Amino acid sequence: MRHLLPALLLLLAALPATAAAPADGSRVPLPAIDAGPGEQCVEPVEFMRRNHMELILHQRDETVHRSIRTKRYSLRNCINCHAVDAGGQPVSLDDPEHFCVSCHRYAAVKPDCFQCHSGEPEPGVPGVVGAGAWSRGLAANASRGVKP
Amino acid sequence: MSEQPIDRYRRRLLGGAVAAGTLTLAPGLFLHRLAEAKPDADPVTSIIRWGLLVDTNRCASNCTACVDACRDEHGWTGHDRPRSDAQWIRKVELRDPATGREVSLPMMCQHCAKPPCVDVCPTGASFKRADGIVLVDKHICIGCRYCMLACPYKARSFIHEELSHQKPYSPRGKGTVEGCTLCVHRIDVGQEPACVEACTADGRGALLFGDLNDPKSAIYQALAEHPSTQVRADLNLDLGVRYRGL
Repeated sequence: MRHLLPALLLLLAALPATAAAPADGSRVPLPAIDAGPGEQCVEPVEFMRRNHMELILHQRDETVHRSIRTKRYSLRNCINCHAVDAGGQPVSLDDPEHFCVSCHRYAAVKPDCFQCHSGEPEPGVPGVVGAGAWSRGLAANASRGVKP
Repeated sequence: MSEQPIDRYRRRLLGGAVAAGTLTLAPGLFLHRLAEAKPDADPVTSIIRWGLLVDTNRCASNCTACVDACRDEHGWTGHDRPRSDAQWIRKVELRDPATGREVSLPMMCQHCAKPPCVDVCPTGASFKRADGIVLVDKHICIGCRYCMLACPYKARSFIHEELSHQKPYSPRGKGTVEGCTLCVHRIDVGQEPACVEACTADGRGALLFGDLNDPKSAIYQALAEHPSTQVRADLNLDLGVRYRGL
């Protein structure tokens, strides 16, 4: 009993640290979060944990209806950075360690983003899909005498 | 050489000189290269109205380059169920029984200025963008398929199956309606739609894409020069897709 109180205090002091980290020795299972290769997210981590869905929701309407394609809060940007493992390899949605999947499973929240959206990063540079197509089309137009 | 639609977009926005470089493709062949596409942070405006001119005289009945390109671009593959498979663009063969004249043409969303699909949509998912492109906002589509019934061109289809590994720039999912987007993801970064690019690359050049509002654009001039048809013009929908040689 003499040793129990200091041990309990020590445990309490250590709690905040263990709650944030994937708990070593903790009995509470935590999601395996590998945040991706970037140094920091587009907003502070604490803000993103609570509000990422609001940002994405706002951006989706702006993109679909008004064609605003800024990358900062775009789902593609999230995926391109987060759905990559430490070795730089894409992580599939089927993988329980996928950044979105691991946390949503833990929180028992089912996002419907991935019913339509790809959860895997794009090959190559984001936003440059089929680069050069416009110029090639123009060249072909010019060759048949159609002025652009 | 005249300027690009997107150059014009920038010029009108900036009110200044056009920022374009000149690209030498071959001896004697010069092109203006786009310095920049629409800036990401700018919304689309109704200054531009995107349109497509299909020259049926150049369209061959055995050619499906545009359909294949669309399928590859957006990843809509069939399940061998022609009555319910996704169909963003299809080839239609017409034959005049009196003369025997045959015409082949691609049929897709006609991007109406007054789209019936938008009129009937109960949620606002079917909408027209400021630049004239008619789209489905799949976030709010409930899959009722009223728009499919309302469309005179059979341009939309419904996704019956669960999908995975969609293209990052072309989200598609079960329970929503879809159709030709005129490749908004490409237009917004200054490229032509995939079908147009494929048709041109194939050497046929039956598809001409451009700004219907710009008197300097190739499509505007082509429409001014030669007669063209809007399919079911009697419906007065003011189509973005026009046909020549029908």
